[in-house]
Amino acid sequence: MNTKSHICVQNLNVFYGKDHALKDISVEIPDKKITVIIGPSGCGKTTLLRSFNRLIDDIDGVKVSGKVLVDGENIMDPKAEVTHIRRKMGLLSQKPYPLPMSIYDNIAYGPRLNGERNKKKLDRIVEHFLRTASLWDEVKVKLHGPASNLSVGQQQRLCLARGLAVGPEIILGDEPTSALDPRSSQHIEQRFLELKEHYTIILVTHILRQAKRLADYVLFLYNGQIIEHGPAKEIFENPKQAMTRDYIFGVIS
Amino acid sequence: MDRRKLEENFFKGVMIASTVSILLTLVLILWTVVCKGLPYLDWNMVTQAPKSGFYLGKEGGVLNAILGSLCITGGATLLAIMVSLPVVLYLNVYAKKGSRLTYVTRFAFDVLWGIPSIVYGAFGFTLMLFFGMGVSLLGGIITVAFLIFPIMSRSMDEVIRMMPRELLQASYALGATRFETAFKVVVRQTLPGITTAVLIAFGRGIGDAASLIFTAGFTDALPSSLSRPAASLPLAIFFQFGTPTPEVQGRAFASALILTIMILVISILSRFLTKKLTKNVVR
Repeated sequence: MNTKSHICVQNLNVFYGKDHALKDISVEIPDKKITVIIGPSGCGKTTLLRSFNRLIDDIDGVKVSGKVLVDGENIMDPKAEVTHIRRKMGLLSQKPYPLPMSIYDNIAYGPRLNGERNKKKLDRIVEHFLRTASLWDEVKVKLHGPASNLSVGQQQRLCLARGLAVGPEIILGDEPTSALDPRSSQHIEQRFLELKEHYTIILVTHILRQAKRLADYVLFLYNGQIIEHGPAKEIFENPKQAMTRDYIFGVIS
Repeated sequence: MDRRKLEENFFKGVMIASTVSILLTLVLILWTVVCKGLPYLDWNMVTQAPKSGFYLGKEGGVLNAILGSLCITGGATLLAIMVSLPVVLYLNVYAKKGSRLTYVTRFAFDVLWGIPSIVYGAFGFTLMLFFGMGVSLLGGIITVAFLIFPIMSRSMDEVIRMMPRELLQASYALGATRFETAFKVVVRQTLPGITTAVLIAFGRGIGDAASLIFTAGFTDALPSSLSRPAASLPLAIFFQFGTPTPEVQGRAFASALILTIMILVISILSRFLTKKLTKNVVR
């Protein structure tokens, strides 16, 4: 099996109790590009995203079959060590959730879990990733103040920095701008465009215009199935499936 | 005036009346205890153990009961925290949401909460007989721990359940284990609620007399060893009320006042401390 890309999904099925949430998904996610998962509400976008770092484990009655290969390792294997898989990916959720600690400690949380204790190194990590998320100038004077005092837009950038500080190769975004005002959204989108040089980015969004702005590669999901996937240009300009066309031109939503 | 407005005003009235009557009750209780207890509250009450003839109106104080109550309830609270915290973290972090085990556990807590304290006393006594222990401070600590454990766990559980699930996921996504998440995120985030739970349990424990009659017993001596009997304020109040001497009955009110002040001081102190520790809590 060729596993050149970071993430490769093979025959993935996810059940919530009797509900068949993902049906036989097989897809390879291209590296160092922005892949956008689109589709109507409840079609399994978030489930697919969360199976990449096994956050769906948490739900009662969830059953999974098939494989998700991350760097060639099947993460759905019950023996797989889940924390090391999760360290390969940063997650941005719909609403930012800063941890109940200071701004500094939020960023240092991941590196510290990894055993980094050196104060100078941590200082450098915190500054570096806050700059990457372009938050440094706004917070440098209040690094030790509570993260919950930041605005929602700032919090989302903090969460981005916090995720990056763990040293992932992949960034997962679950409608990361849906709770943000337009300016903050633009800010986050800009970061994604900068970051795709070094990271593989997978975004879930229900905003088509955002998908068009950002996507290099598109997955269209409907009712738990992949209807179509391919380079963004092809999908948006010349979709092959009638259902994709309907969704993109706003017939189904 | 139309019907809806009338309705609105009526219920507003009911609510205000209820609130005021609760506050009034509190004030009346405090007023009674202060009025009747204050004249008998002197330095001897809190610095001396009962001397011979104390219950007939002679010299002495209730230091034995103050220290006894603090030892029993303090020990029991620590013991209960050591059991409650793991149980509650298990229910909310480790166990899958909505699983059968969590349901049964919560139900068990609710049932245990409702069991009268005298039953806990009898249970503790049976347990002590089984292990060959005599009436002792340790027996009291264990029994009160049993009594307050469900109260503490259920109150902690209630606040931790309110915590957004996504906060856990944010921590997992950064590669944290469940254990790291439980102690670095969950406990920090819910510390004010955990403190309240501990305080509720402490208050319940320190005010209980029935569970201690058979287990910790009563003594005029200051608590000195885990294997000796220990006095407690509720029982001291009970015994003093039981005497015909007005002087001693007055001291019962003074003891009640001491108990009230102790609970008040401990509540205020721990609230003050948690406030300092929780400036980072996510709201």
